[in-house]
Amino acid sequence: MSASTFAQHFLTGISLGGAYALIAIGYTMVYGILRLINFAHGDIFMISGYFMIFAMASFPWYVAIPIVLLGTILLGVVIEKAAYRPLRSSPRMSVMISAIGVSYLLQNLATYLFTAIPKSYPEIPFLKIIFQFGGISASLVTLITPVLTVVLVIALMQLINHTKMGMAMRAVSKDTEASRLMGIKVDSTISMTFVIGSLLAGVGAILYFTDRMTVYPYSGSLPGLKCFVAAVLGGIGSIPGAVIGGFIIGICETFLVAFGYSTFSDAFTFLLLIVILLVRPTGLFGEAATDKV
Amino acid sequence: MSKKTTRDLVLSILLAGAVCAVLAYCQADTSKHSYAISIIERSAVYAVVAVAMNLLNGFTGLFSLGQAGFMAIGAYVTAILTIPVEMRQNVYYMNGIAGWLENLSIPMVPAMILGGLFAAAAAALIGIPVLRLKSDYLAIATLGFAEIIRALLAAPMMDTITNGSYGLNNIPGYGNVFQPMLIAAVCIGLMVLLINSSYGRAFKAIREDDVAAEAMGINLFRHKEMSFIISSFFTGVAGGMLAVFMRSIDTKTFQVALTYNILLIVVLGGIGSVTGSIIGSFLINGGQEWLRFLDQPLTIGGVEIPLFRAGFRMVIYSILLMVVVLFWRRGIMGNKEFTWDGLFRRKRKRKETTGGEA
Repeated sequence: MSASTFAQHFLTGISLGGAYALIAIGYTMVYGILRLINFAHGDIFMISGYFMIFAMASFPWYVAIPIVLLGTILLGVVIEKAAYRPLRSSPRMSVMISAIGVSYLLQNLATYLFTAIPKSYPEIPFLKIIFQFGGISASLVTLITPVLTVVLVIALMQLINHTKMGMAMRAVSKDTEASRLMGIKVDSTISMTFVIGSLLAGVGAILYFTDRMTVYPYSGSLPGLKCFVAAVLGGIGSIPGAVIGGFIIGICETFLVAFGYSTFSDAFTFLLLIVILLVRPTGLFGEAATDKV
Repeated sequence: MSKKTTRDLVLSILLAGAVCAVLAYCQADTSKHSYAISIIERSAVYAVVAVAMNLLNGFTGLFSLGQAGFMAIGAYVTAILTIPVEMRQNVYYMNGIAGWLENLSIPMVPAMILGGLFAAAAAALIGIPVLRLKSDYLAIATLGFAEIIRALLAAPMMDTITNGSYGLNNIPGYGNVFQPMLIAAVCIGLMVLLINSSYGRAFKAIREDDVAAEAMGINLFRHKEMSFIISSFFTGVAGGMLAVFMRSIDTKTFQVALTYNILLIVVLGGIGSVTGSIIGSFLINGGQEWLRFLDQPLTIGGVEIPLFRAGFRMVIYSILLMVVVLFWRRGIMGNKEFTWDGLFRRKRKRKETTGGEA
């Protein structure tokens, strides 16, 4: 493999990893606060892809993108209110089953509304401009994804570390009962987590699908699981961890495909998950005190 | 007391007789009842795997989502060993077949048992690292292993054995509708015996409180591993049953969605109830067919109702499941078993509204 093909694959990997990172943040934040693997998160991401198709059909991209992001946020918040909030005091297993149920519902709903045939994703013209550097060619979206990911993550870190809302989130994820006693509105804090998670999933969907060019009802399920693995790899609850996990998985996957092992690219992700859970269950950047193992 | 047990025995025999009569009625004219037969066969397969999942999730409290992977192992072993030797060149026309497999063929039931044993062996290996994890981490790790198994079965190196992405077809089907029901009954019977044994009580103790169970002298790892292996064995057998039912399989059959389907049957039937899982399986497989009218266009008074088209059935079905999950968390049976006594007591309650005897 020559240096330029290596660089080309590396760039593709970073771009995929950026999209994964944005989705992984949603998983890690929800898990941090509710101790719930939000199985529906990948499907929210998929529905967001469909939103974009319909928004782009009637609006220019600069109107369509805010509409899509708002729609995605609304979907995330509604799911939380309808499917997770009623089960807040029940065992974790019931909430997880509810999440699987929501995921199932969203996939069936998408199959019903948009059929199972992959729909082509609209092109946002300026994202498709091709750049050439020496032997490497890349479209703008490939270059923008990692940059945008890092910018959004820095903004999110500022929000979490330096605002009242962020402090409330940290408090709720540490101890829900105590933060309720301190006068924090737990329910609205949890809603806010879903707002942020869905917003980032919406951005991730735009970047991911612009590269992939088609959306179908199951296009969210496997990326969703991979992003959860990314979140575990980075240490659940840690936002920089989720980002680094996302990049690692994106890059590894791209190289496995490049070397001709595409059948194993999904299996590799899960192998990574199992190794991480056994060797270092707190992940790369996780907090030490946990009860997962 | 003995009067009651006689009554229960008579009723049970009557029920078994009624089931046999229905089956015989279907079997009498297979072409006319092919639809009903396929529902019954599918329900029998799902009943076995749902009970096997319940053994793990409901009785031992290990939330595993690896069912699709173990079913895939069982299905592939059964399929490879039962495809008629003369058909093999046709099935493997793309990749050729491994020499040692070419003439290796065994009857259906031993093939299913062998499939179950392979699944159990895989479970034994997977269980050692994975069973240290708890609740949702266990779920995601087993789900990951199921995907790994699927990737291995589809891998190019396995082409001469599993036929890679072309899948396997020409698997001989069931001779009659009694076969799958009988296999299912035997499998479920064995699992019920296990649940009622001292091992079963140990499993329940682990489910309730693993620390307390350990303090009572139950070897946690050994019992968890045993539950995992036995559940996977029957899941593998069910996979073989599914292969014989579907008559052609490929790795896409065994995606995560299959596991979710089984999970939803278990939830609907009631986590921790064997009879609940059986009822849930027949209800969901039958219901899915019964709801099929939702997929057809519907016109009332000359006006076509726009909602009714392909896929609507699954939407309604998943909404119903969400309703069960959110508002009716115990499912049909909760964690109780079906008993004739319970049935009669309920009737009496309804009649007198005074409540039956304790």
